Amino acid sequence: MKSIVIAKSNSRAKWRSYSSLATITSLSLALGIAGIVLCTGLLLSTSALAQDTESVDSTAIDSNGSVLEEVPSPASNVFAEDTPNDKGKSATVTWDLSPEDTIGGIVDGYLILRSESPSGPFVDTVGNVTIGKTEALDNNATDGVEYFYRVDMYRSEVAVDGSKLLVGSPSTVWGPITTSPQWFHGKRGIMLFIFLIVAFSILQFISQAQSGKSKIWMVNILFIILLGYLYSWVIAVIVAITLALFIKDFFSTEEIFLRKIGGIEAVEEAIGRATEMGKKIFFIPGIQDMNDVQTIAGMAILGRIAAVAAEYETWLEVPVSKSMVMVTARETMKEAYSRVGRPEMYQEAQVHFVTEDQFGYAAALDGMFVREKPATIFFMGAFFAESLILAETGNEVGAIQIAGTAMPSQLPFFVAACDYTLLGEELFAASAYLSREPRQLGSLKGQDVGKALFLVAMMIGLVIVLAGEVVKVPDWLYLAQYFSID
Amino acid sequence: MKREIPLLITSIAGIVFAVSFFIPHWPFGDAENIFGDWMSVVSAFAIWLGMFNLAEVSLRKVIRKSEGWNYALIVIGSMLLMLVIGFSSVYHAINTDTPHMDPGTGLKWMYDYVFSPLSATMFAMLAFFVASASYRAFRARSLEATLLLVTAFFVMVGRVPLLDPILVWAGITDFAFFSAVADWIMTYPNAAGQRAIMIGIALGITSSSLRIILGIERSHIGGDA
Amino acid sequence: MAHNLALIGLVLTGLSLIYVLYRTIAGNPVDRRVVFIYVALAAGLPLFMDLLPPVTVTPDVQALVDVLEELPPHSKVLAAFDYDPPSAPELQPMAVAFFKFAFKKKLDVIIVGLWPQGPQQANDAIATALLDSSVMAAGPIYGEDYVNLGFQSGNEFVIQRMGSGFKAMFPRDERQTPYDSIPVLQNIVNFSNIDFVMNFSSGKPGTIEWVQIAVDRFGARLGAGNTAVQAPQVYPYLRAKQMVGLLGGMSGAAEFEKALSMPGNGSIMLLSQISTHAIVILFIIIGNTAYFRTRKRKND
Repeated sequence: MKSIVIAKSNSRAKWRSYSSLATITSLSLALGIAGIVLCTGLLLSTSALAQDTESVDSTAIDSNGSVLEEVPSPASNVFAEDTPNDKGKSATVTWDLSPEDTIGGIVDGYLILRSESPSGPFVDTVGNVTIGKTEALDNNATDGVEYFYRVDMYRSEVAVDGSKLLVGSPSTVWGPITTSPQWFHGKRGIMLFIFLIVAFSILQFISQAQSGKSKIWMVNILFIILLGYLYSWVIAVIVAITLALFIKDFFSTEEIFLRKIGGIEAVEEAIGRATEMGKKIFFIPGIQDMNDVQTIAGMAILGRIAAVAAEYETWLEVPVSKSMVMVTARETMKEAYSRVGRPEMYQEAQVHFVTEDQFGYAAALDGMFVREKPATIFFMGAFFAESLILAETGNEVGAIQIAGTAMPSQLPFFVAACDYTLLGEELFAASAYLSREPRQLGSLKGQDVGKALFLVAMMIGLVIVLAGEVVKVPDWLYLAQYFSID
Repeated sequence: MKREIPLLITSIAGIVFAVSFFIPHWPFGDAENIFGDWMSVVSAFAIWLGMFNLAEVSLRKVIRKSEGWNYALIVIGSMLLMLVIGFSSVYHAINTDTPHMDPGTGLKWMYDYVFSPLSATMFAMLAFFVASASYRAFRARSLEATLLLVTAFFVMVGRVPLLDPILVWAGITDFAFFSAVADWIMTYPNAAGQRAIMIGIALGITSSSLRIILGIERSHIGGDA
Repeated sequence: MAHNLALIGLVLTGLSLIYVLYRTIAGNPVDRRVVFIYVALAAGLPLFMDLLPPVTVTPDVQALVDVLEELPPHSKVLAAFDYDPPSAPELQPMAVAFFKFAFKKKLDVIIVGLWPQGPQQANDAIATALLDSSVMAAGPIYGEDYVNLGFQSGNEFVIQRMGSGFKAMFPRDERQTPYDSIPVLQNIVNFSNIDFVMNFSSGKPGTIEWVQIAVDRFGARLGAGNTAVQAPQVYPYLRAKQMVGLLGGMSGAAEFEKALSMPGNGSIMLLSQISTHAIVILFIIIGNTAYFRTRKRKND
């Protein structure tokens, strides 16, 4: 109630209170999703298989018949199970080290043997690891077949009959187990959880911006039903009430505030400058292929820049280092030119391939910059060590330069040598920003809400870990370990 | 249709990719591998596109004697030379059942004495550009810039034994002071900053990917949005 | 003789900077081409000097060396070479020291490359390592103690697919021997049979991809050597304990050589880097002098 009163007092506080409500809503959602993930994970990934240990007679094996001076004790606690979270056909075998497992000792490693019968024969060597290791995978299993496993120790010398020289007694046998594929990766529950929260928040805002009201109510209702069915009806009701009470207000159709990004604001001015000077514009899409999201972001920006360049009737040239980028850039530019009614101005020669080699590309571009003295250069995409080589040359020839990359190590170079630099995420936001299209802007707002959630989670984690250092209560430390990397 | 089909393929591939991260079971578990294979195959063939384009652009320049045609001539010459040497080395390798880059082959010679030094030269130019960029742009214009400058000083001095041996020799410290400071800067402030940028980028990628999968962002395939 | 001449040259270079500073204060700052000349002198002259700078081994390098030292003989080490000749000055000394150590220690090394030129760099590093008589004495045999599986295209997808089986990605080694008939690869199916992954990287795909796929998905233990430009970006992974250690740039190479007691090119070339750092620092100071001078004039 209190927050609603404040909300009426001024718009700034209103925003703040809604933010906190959104946080609460999202956190409840998060809890729900976590629950679903946990339940589904448990349901799907546990293979309820009865397992029994059978011991076989410990007979000392010595392939070449010589008597060993000391007989090491075998690996103990051998255990095998279906490898969790995989696509099947794999079992994980674990054991405890033999006391004789020392560097320079008589044991050099372990052989993992498999049989379809508890009494053997154990002739299938499915793994071979050095000393000190307590785990191996059998990746040649057939799903559904019952297997038994044994772990033997060996020396690296080879016995008379060509087999590995086994030392000590074989371990106990574990089995039977069967392997199977899983429908959910249990260890990625937290990832799914984070992904869903961020995706959910982005989708809400996109749908909101598109129509003025949230269109994904259906999804919300489904979500709540799923939450109740799988996890807890109590939490589902709480989430439903939270959504019903606050989300409508939270997603009110106010104009989305966008922070000014210098680099993006300057795009038109930079193109205008080239037009005035009668010189060309270069657009460099980085040195990665189309499977890099930075290159895709670069192409989206190219689409916008090409449209402006077409309107200004200025020659825009795109030298590329990957064939697929060349094809995409051509398509992008062609469409951009026809969109502004200038299809006849576009020429295929504007986009051309240079070389796949990183520094060959840098050398060629430097040559072009120096010879052709462009008025404007855009660097938008994934750049590596060539970033400064290009940007300094561009600076030297007096071009106005706007760069954007999500390569953290190259950002300082661009900042030093370019007039404007889009830092990291700004590269991905640029196309949306330039489009001014509500749905695209909505996605930016959703992304920011996602970031706010991250900040909250990080602050909570920080407080828990720090408090854990102070109070040293076991339960608290147990909680703290989820946030600690040590 | 021309636009809808690529959008549909993008959406389906995007969703399958996202889902496959959480479902190891067939067919999702193999989706990444299958798409990866396709990507490799397509890229391998696409390289011809680039090569022919380069040849075409350069040839046109030479024939028309347009500006910089002499450079284009060098490009064509080098391209042909490398092709001849490459194919002859591979031919030799197949005939003699040896690796195509064995010492003594033309390809190995070109790799060692042409490609390596040329690439290294370009990369080494970075040192000159770093110096000139720092000389020009690294100014104590504001408080932030001054902080950056001071940090840069400690890192540059600490990452190499520049002042530390002097300090130890003069008996001012008995350990590598600047190295420790640089290490601290790299470990804490740097890693923290990198993380912040990485989280921002990850969210940017998520948002960007969702826009692309949903077909909202379509300017890269020449969309109207 | 060359050493003394180079030393005198370096001292004169340093002294002449006083004149540059004087010119700058007098309101006549130098052109950037002058900066280039100084960088060339600072980088080039030390190459003629035979002086080994004292190196302090930083904790990240020591951590990597500790893990390598603890590996028992015949541990399977996957060496991923993801760089090409441009980055060789920084990464090659690391690779050479690594091979010297691995061969002496009798580690089983499996070389792969996600960059086309990577496996070639590995071969060059092995050739250099074998020039050392003590390494030669250990007598590493190709196929039995190490193998070069060559390059495979597909970038990070290669690591992904190696997770289910190395053989699918590398059916034959560089010398066209089938995977199954190479002794060192016996019983190696995927990352679960690998004790340690050492990556030398100068870009993408590289260390970050190995962390994200080999470490996070398949549980590999990873150490890496990176170019100085790329190293800062890798620190978050190092701090999150997704890597055991990191060698950063030329100084990382020198520290690695020192920690393994195998002096090589990293230590020798470090002097050149030291003097270049000094020149850049001095030029930043000169640049700022010019800046404050013009600002003061404006204020006046």
